[in-house]
Amino acid sequence: MLRIVVAKVGLDGHDRGAKIIARSLRDAGMEVIYTGLHQTPEQIVATVIQEDADAVGISILSGAHMTLIPLILDQLRENDAADVLVLVGGTIPNDDADELKAAGVAAVFTPGTPTRAIVEFLRGASIA
Amino acid sequence: MDPILGYPTIVGTRIASEFESWREDRYAAVPERKGELHSTMSGVEVEPLDTPDTVQVAYARDLGYPGEYPFTRGVYPSMYRGQLWTMRQFAGFGTAKETNERFRYLLEHGQTGLSTAFDMPTLMGYDSDHARSLGEVGREGVAVDSLDDMNTLFAGIPLAEVSTSMTINSPAAMLLAFYICVAEGQGTSRDQLRGTAQTDILKEYIAQKEWIFPPEPSMRLVTDMVEFCAKEMPLWHPISISGYHIREAGSTAAQELAFTLADGFAYVDAGIERGLDVDEFAPRLSFFFNAHLDFFEEIAKYRAARRIWAREMREKYGAKNPRSWLMRFHAQTAGVSLTAQQPELNIVRTAIEALAAVLGGTQSLHTNSFDEALALPTENAVRIALRTQQVIAHESGVTHSIDPLGGSYHVEHLTNELERQAYDYFDQIKLRGGVVAAIKENFFQSEIAEAAYRYQGELERGERVVVGVNRYTLEDEVQPELLRVDPALEREQIDRVQAMRARRDSQAVEQALTRLKQDAAHEDRNLMHPIIDASRIHVTMGEMCDALREVWGTWRETPMF
Repeated sequence: MLRIVVAKVGLDGHDRGAKIIARSLRDAGMEVIYTGLHQTPEQIVATVIQEDADAVGISILSGAHMTLIPLILDQLRENDAADVLVLVGGTIPNDDADELKAAGVAAVFTPGTPTRAIVEFLRGASIA
Repeated sequence: MDPILGYPTIVGTRIASEFESWREDRYAAVPERKGELHSTMSGVEVEPLDTPDTVQVAYARDLGYPGEYPFTRGVYPSMYRGQLWTMRQFAGFGTAKETNERFRYLLEHGQTGLSTAFDMPTLMGYDSDHARSLGEVGREGVAVDSLDDMNTLFAGIPLAEVSTSMTINSPAAMLLAFYICVAEGQGTSRDQLRGTAQTDILKEYIAQKEWIFPPEPSMRLVTDMVEFCAKEMPLWHPISISGYHIREAGSTAAQELAFTLADGFAYVDAGIERGLDVDEFAPRLSFFFNAHLDFFEEIAKYRAARRIWAREMREKYGAKNPRSWLMRFHAQTAGVSLTAQQPELNIVRTAIEALAAVLGGTQSLHTNSFDEALALPTENAVRIALRTQQVIAHESGVTHSIDPLGGSYHVEHLTNELERQAYDYFDQIKLRGGVVAAIKENFFQSEIAEAAYRYQGELERGERVVVGVNRYTLEDEVQPELLRVDPALEREQIDRVQAMRARRDSQAVEQALTRLKQDAAHEDRNLMHPIIDASRIHVTMGEMCDALREVWGTWRETPMF
């Protein structure tokens, strides 16, 4: 069974999307761990490792994604967890999404994405 | 005439049976369109036709005249014939200097009030150079660390002449203190200041989730502000009780209405418990609602809100001053209704929402910009949003007649229905021991999450259509030009606050913080005084919040989904 951490990074409190995604993934038969709000990159990486997660879905609507997401990617690498699939959701302009993908993010989902697209993406991704 | 209801009795069995036969014979003869739901966005089933049979209205009791109890038809006798609503666009990004320029731009283009958006670190009580502020400084609002920044933010704007709204909650007391000190510098005394601080901490726990302290000390700080404003700032609104964020988090219209009013009553209870007379502070309480897309339901929501507030304030709280009964509110169009796909369509959505707010009798209005599902708005997008209000105000003709939808069977039906649902929720909240107790058991949070999930399901099954998202989509869309906040601004702001710290009298700062901590430990001391004194000598917002964290601790929500 897929294990996925759904995380809110940084200071923004917009948790509507994260909660809907968490519940949709659970309803699709995945095991979901939701971190709650206001997590630091360190806290998220620690949760991913502790939970032995296959993937982490990071929700961010604060505009700080270009600072905080690369920190998470770096720390996953430093902790030998580079194989964890990193998904990002939120208000991410196209150019930033391209840059994040080049840096190692597997997919970026922006507002209006149906939850089943995320479920299908995760099922399709080759996760050990 | 009906002797109790005081209006001509038109609800007779003859009409009722005519309605039934119309429904069965005529209406049912044509099949309904399949696929899309015939309920409001909030899930209220809508009948194909409302008639005198589907709505009970006693004119004098339920509607009355504008400016008169129960204010269903509006809070002022002349409404927009006398004065248009205040067009108040929310703005804030980058450093105080950039936002000051945007403020002046808006004032030059006919805006009549200011509204300040603060960045995430400011909302959470962190200075710009705090580790938790990394990457967030000036991103979603303006960074304000100290009086220094507040002086820059309002440079060249005479505070005696404008009214200013500040969207700030946990550290509202500090930001109000900075504002008071800016005014002092301009030679304006605090009793002349007009505006609003949001200060609505309860909806933070419920929906917006920008908190610092646990609920009890937070409520004490809010009540300190209410008491201080009642005594020293007669023109200031110390709280803007907000449903906006509750709705954005995914609630229904009825939940927005019910939870917001319940929060309002909780602040009234706190003020009375403090020993204030209800009429000392209730006239300065104001409200803030969402203006969403379900047109008639929104209009009904505002009308129901006014009626419930007036009734409870007069009947339950015994307020004698008619101004305590008045619910005045600000409205903002629904950010959550904006789509990243075909973003120009957001101009249309926003216009519909703004029209609902106006027909619902709002006192001030913010219209969102079409590019806000993608980034902070550009100047061009902000101007179109402001112009949308001006078109409604001057071209549409809707301002001529007060509450023009009053008496519409459908709108009155929805108004009654929302009112009924609100009272159901009041009972449930009471059973749980009140608002704070219900927050602690995640009651509101679960109700909202449930509603948001239900709506998402309806959307994904195509039972609700969002144009450009799940129908009428385009391939290969090109994004419009977006506003970029220069990442270098964060460094500039950090340097600025650190340079300011090096300049000031550090011994005086220490003393001010010690006094704040001592006063915080004593429930009977109003914290506004030590906070204003600290602000004047450039103690930062983050330092004051840290001092209070030491005394009160911090809040963490139990995660649930």
